Amino acid sequence: MKIKLKNSASMESRPIDTPFYQSFSRRMVLILILVSFTPMVLVSGIILDEFRISYREKIHAHLAELVLKHKQNIDAFLDEKMGDIRFVAASFTFEELADDLFLDRVLENLRREESTVFEDLGVINEQGRQLSYVGPYQLKQAVYADADWFQQAIKTPYYISEVFLGLRGKPHFIVSVRGRHEGKYWLLRATIDFDSFNSLVENLRIGRTGFALILNREGEFQTKSTFIAENGEEKDLYQLIKRGERRSNGVYILERTMDTGQEDIYVGAFLKDEDWLLIYQQDAADAFSDLRRAQGIAILIILMGGLAMVVTALILSKKMVRQVAELDQEKEMMNEQIIETGKLASVGELAAGVAHEINNPVAIMVEEAGWIEDLLEEDDLKESENLSEFRRALNQIHVQGKRCKEITHKLLSFARKTDSRIHEIELNELVEEVVGLSAQQARYNNVEIRVHLQEQLPPMRMSPTEVQQVLLNLINNALYAMDGRGGVIDVYTRRKEENVVIEVSDTGPGIPESNLARIFDPFFTTKPVGKGSGLGLSICYGIIKKMDGDIDVRSVVGEGTTFTVRIPIKPDRTDTPGPRTEPETEAEAEFSPTD
Amino acid sequence: MKEKTKEIPSSEPERRIRLLLVDDEVEYLHVLSNRLDKRGMEVATANSGTLAIQTLRKQEFDVAVLDLKMEDMDGIEVLKVFKKMDPELMVVMLTGHGSEKAARDGIDFGAYDYLTKPCEIQELVAKIQEAYRKRKPT
Repeated sequence: MKIKLKNSASMESRPIDTPFYQSFSRRMVLILILVSFTPMVLVSGIILDEFRISYREKIHAHLAELVLKHKQNIDAFLDEKMGDIRFVAASFTFEELADDLFLDRVLENLRREESTVFEDLGVINEQGRQLSYVGPYQLKQAVYADADWFQQAIKTPYYISEVFLGLRGKPHFIVSVRGRHEGKYWLLRATIDFDSFNSLVENLRIGRTGFALILNREGEFQTKSTFIAENGEEKDLYQLIKRGERRSNGVYILERTMDTGQEDIYVGAFLKDEDWLLIYQQDAADAFSDLRRAQGIAILIILMGGLAMVVTALILSKKMVRQVAELDQEKEMMNEQIIETGKLASVGELAAGVAHEINNPVAIMVEEAGWIEDLLEEDDLKESENLSEFRRALNQIHVQGKRCKEITHKLLSFARKTDSRIHEIELNELVEEVVGLSAQQARYNNVEIRVHLQEQLPPMRMSPTEVQQVLLNLINNALYAMDGRGGVIDVYTRRKEENVVIEVSDTGPGIPESNLARIFDPFFTTKPVGKGSGLGLSICYGIIKKMDGDIDVRSVVGEGTTFTVRIPIKPDRTDTPGPRTEPETEAEAEFSPTD
Repeated sequence: MKEKTKEIPSSEPERRIRLLLVDDEVEYLHVLSNRLDKRGMEVATANSGTLAIQTLRKQEFDVAVLDLKMEDMDGIEVLKVFKKMDPELMVVMLTGHGSEKAARDGIDFGAYDYLTKPCEIQELVAKIQEAYRKRKPT
């Protein structure tokens, strides 16, 4: 069995489970998560928002650019057709053009250049009668006097009509040039193939939902369209776009949420002196699909990062709390030891006080006994028959007084150490010296002391008197334990890591377990009353502790006891350790510590 | 203990040693003065530093036995006054165990020697006689 001083049975309990550490752990997790989450959420939120704004801006700019390009295309197309007709009107005379055959050749020439964009060609006089016509329909001699487009066209030199059904009952529009012959106006008009014009707009398709169309002021479609709008909304749309954000290149941009919750982007550009409006429409979700995907990835990353943070915070806080708990436990154990040491010290002080106070009365008692002895020498008392008994009693007072003195001196030694000056000493020499001192007594007790010294121990800086006191105490205890029955005491010295270990081992009866734990307590003794003060081992304990060392005891009843002293090697210790460095102690060297 | 008290004074035949005993324990003073008187000394006692100084002013002594721990005055202070008043006075100090430092200081201030209390009477007598012999004749 082995008892370690200040043994730490409490180490096995798990203090990390207590409410204090649990709430500590919770607080730490909370703080860690808060501290790591807040900046991450803030930073990524700001970045995402900035990204959203700039991406939106980019998409808008892209769409605006696209619409602008198409607007220019359409403008160019119309200008070109108009140019063709103007060229024809300027190149030939009214008579030539009024001839169907000639007109047919002209259309043929135009078609050679422009494929089938020009559907038909006709010349109309001031009264609205079509004088000549070439084209797929039978429209020669048709009268357009009441048609809207004719009334407007006859008023201006150049005219492009809205899209209308007209006599042929099919959507188309007309480009016309006004000429003058013999004081009267006439018109050269051409029908533009609706499909080829339509294809200009239909080319503008992006994504799944992006498409374009053209509206006039009245909100009527000028192109074929799959436009999604509630009935009668087209005219509103024209006005709506006009109220939208106007960019520097004349393109309008608008975002609108429908009643169905669908978000749409509208990009518009005006054509033909704002008569027509080119509108591009796209579902916002479709236009911003890349942005949505980026946002989705970012949120996923944030969530995963957050999860990692939570897990890390949990693990980290658990680890830290465990360490704190361990440190707390160590601190508690140290506190216990400090209290223990303090207790020893205060017991020592108390003992010293008591010893000092007892000294005087004992001195007086002994002197009084001495005085009676002196008086017994007087002649008349010498005859008393009880004289020998008197003398025995007085002698006993004397002897017991001396014992009192020894006890008080021991107590005083316990409190104020003797020579605590530090010298560099050879431990082995010291051991041999002490063993030499005890040799006589050992022989008398029929005990053999065997010394096992490890060669070349480092010189130790310590108080020789104190180490002597410890060794003497241990050897005397061993001798006492064997109580004349004989046996062996083994004294070992050896170096173990950064410590020097001294072991005193006896073959005595051993120490019962119940006593083992109290063996270093002051005033604990197994010796009969009056034989021991119970201070020896507690003094040893104090001395060894002061050197930052340890003293352990191992004992098996019936086999023997081993005391192990461990003293750390401190190579360059220049100052004297511990509190007992007052100069007062210097004068006390000559007092034997064990009395 | 075997020696006859009557024989004690005969060892110092010239004259009785004049001894001043200073201690604040009256009982201790009493018994000690009795015992020393029985051993042929001429003993005067004082139970305080002040009283001791007053006594020394009135009377001459060969040896003083001085307790270092007294209530009214520190023994060392008394010693200093003693040595100033009578440089030839031999002073033996009594100290408690553990305050030998003070006793050593006392020797520096001119005390002859010290004994730890409680001490054997023979030891004390021997020390007093030794001090007396060392005393310069006046």
